[in-house]
Amino acid sequence: MSHLLEVKDLEVKFALRSGDLTAINGVSFTLDKGEKLGLVGESGAGKSVTGFAIINLLSKPGFISGGKILFNGEDISSMNDSKMRNIRGDRISMIFQDPMMTLNPVFTIGTQMIETLKAHRQISKAHAKEIALEKLKKVYIPSPEKRLSQYSHEFSGGMRQRIIIAISLLTDPAIIIADEPTTALDVTIQAEIMDLLRELCDSEQMGLILITHDLAVVSEVTEKIAVMYAGRIIESGATNDIVNDPRHPYTAGLIRALPGGVLKPGEKLHQIPGMMPTLTDIPLGCAFNPRCLIKNGICESELPELLDNGHKRMIACHMRN
Amino acid sequence: MFAFIIRRIAQAIFVMLVISLIGFAIKNKIGDPVRDMVGERVTPQERAKIRQKLGLNDPFITQYIRFVDHAVHGDLGLSFFYKKPALDVIVEKAPATMEMVIGAGLLIILISLPLGIYTSLKPRTFFSRFVMGFSTLGVSVPVFLTAIMLIYIFGVQLHWLPSYGRGKTVDVFGNGWWMSGFFTADGLKHLILPCISLASIELPLFIRLIRSEMMEVLETDYIKYAWAKGLSPMRIWLVHAFKNTLLPVITVFGVQIGIMFAFTILTETVFQWQGMGYMFLEAVERSDTSLLIAYLVVVGSVFVIVNTVVDIIYGFINPTIRIAGR
Ligand SMILES: Nc1ncnc2c1ncn2[C@@H]1O[C@H](COP(=O)(O)OP(=O)(O)O)[C@@H](O)[C@H]1O
Ligand SMILES: [Mg+2]
Repeated sequence: MSHLLEVKDLEVKFALRSGDLTAINGVSFTLDKGEKLGLVGESGAGKSVTGFAIINLLSKPGFISGGKILFNGEDISSMNDSKMRNIRGDRISMIFQDPMMTLNPVFTIGTQMIETLKAHRQISKAHAKEIALEKLKKVYIPSPEKRLSQYSHEFSGGMRQRIIIAISLLTDPAIIIADEPTTALDVTIQAEIMDLLRELCDSEQMGLILITHDLAVVSEVTEKIAVMYAGRIIESGATNDIVNDPRHPYTAGLIRALPGGVLKPGEKLHQIPGMMPTLTDIPLGCAFNPRCLIKNGICESELPELLDNGHKRMIACHMRN
Repeated sequence: MFAFIIRRIAQAIFVMLVISLIGFAIKNKIGDPVRDMVGERVTPQERAKIRQKLGLNDPFITQYIRFVDHAVHGDLGLSFFYKKPALDVIVEKAPATMEMVIGAGLLIILISLPLGIYTSLKPRTFFSRFVMGFSTLGVSVPVFLTAIMLIYIFGVQLHWLPSYGRGKTVDVFGNGWWMSGFFTADGLKHLILPCISLASIELPLFIRLIRSEMMEVLETDYIKYAWAKGLSPMRIWLVHAFKNTLLPVITVFGVQIGIMFAFTILTETVFQWQGMGYMFLEAVERSDTSLLIAYLVVVGSVFVIVNTVVDIIYGFINPTIRIAGR
């Protein structure tokens, strides 16, 4: 059976003066209609780069150097830009991290919604406006008619992110890629936005790729998870399985670091010691080995493959496979 | 918005008062209104009498207030040389200068916008490098050199364009005030070299400004988001990025237009253009103090008015100001 989206051995490089730097290496995953996938990992793991690669919108000097991105069976990774624009913003929408920076400050919300529809549909302005109002209602924006003529600086961060979600709904996309959609928001608002996203994906049967560094967030929203480390997926599987029984020591470390349960006063969260390596000095062998508590000699010399453990779980770890 | 406009106008008035104070101080120090009125063949006793009558022995502040009062009513003193109110002389000369500045301003807009945008979008092409190299060079060439080179090439050698005077002009309002070169082929031909010379001063600045502003805007999240929405490149560049680029450029343009008035002193002299700048240099030679001060006040006013108008236009285009000042 073919998937809605299938990313196969994706490789992304940045062409720097000192040579090509590989940011994404052999990343593969699939997404089906209405399915919700979480891409998790610390900052710098390559989550955003993966998201932008899917819609072929890598910032310079990044480029897709290998692999395939099949959308409805068609490889979109090497599509020319004018064909890609029929998919980008239409079949696949993206939500950015910082709603304060995402909307153009000098155009009204209405203009920015209507232009999106006009870019993808032969549609009258009046009809486009109708659709815009309908979508604003879907994200619970009060008195939407009034909002259309307002500018982004007249809204709070949470409201802006709702509006951006409404924009991404305009064309009834098959997939939404949300890159840390709540990271820039107040904690109280984060949960609201997440609930809204989950609710919309369920009711509209949209696929969701939720990019976040926060395992707690994905575990509440998505049904499957891929954990990324230094440009590779190191563990993937069903959300419940992974959260309850993480196999890779990095995933286990992330879960231990969650502020779940009751902390006694003075008790510290279990942070994973050390930092994710930068792309220029990824250690030999398993990239996680300098921070790993259970490593062995082989971990410092050989790259672990991402292998199926037979229980619908993929793990890249010498010690666990 | 209303409060914003009021605030800008109040600032403009304040600046005008400062300019008038400087103008008055100069006039008070070196000017001789008695000579302006009756010339130099008057006995010292008569002079003293006239001075007393004119209130020239009053305290500085009293005289200044009188000066402002007269200025507000359009009286900036008498020109010694022309034997006419100084303001009348300036008003007669103003259209010629205005036309040169307008022509140069239009040239700047028409050339710097496309070049600035193009070089920001395609910085690596040969043409972009050429434009940027040329504009680096352009900044360092003094305007009289540009003007003389243009005259030599297009006037003296090629005989393509006239290089002095305004050519054939027509009376726009039918009252002899605004004699315009905009409406005859000959008048337009005469405008070309002076306008190019005057524009050449600011053109490199504007190409670079537009290019760097645009490049900065192109890197923002909202432009990346516009791409992610699947908009066409033309819409992203010429609507989304362009409007954000234009905002800071408008402000600078307002200031630079004012500065261009000062530069007309040079271009008008080189091209023997009978405008305010030419008149100013003549007035310096003739020590026509009232006319000099009137020039200072008028050019100062133009500068302040242009800036205020541009700021208000900016306020209308930029929604952040529009709302904040509501
Ligand atoms: N424009 C760029 N130029 C060079 N390197 C980049 C660029 N964008 C991202 N990278 C590199 O790609 C890696 C992954 O970045 P990113 O996907 O943004 O991480 P995150 O998982 O936090 O979203 C980073 O280590 C960064 O060094
Ligand atoms: Mg990121």
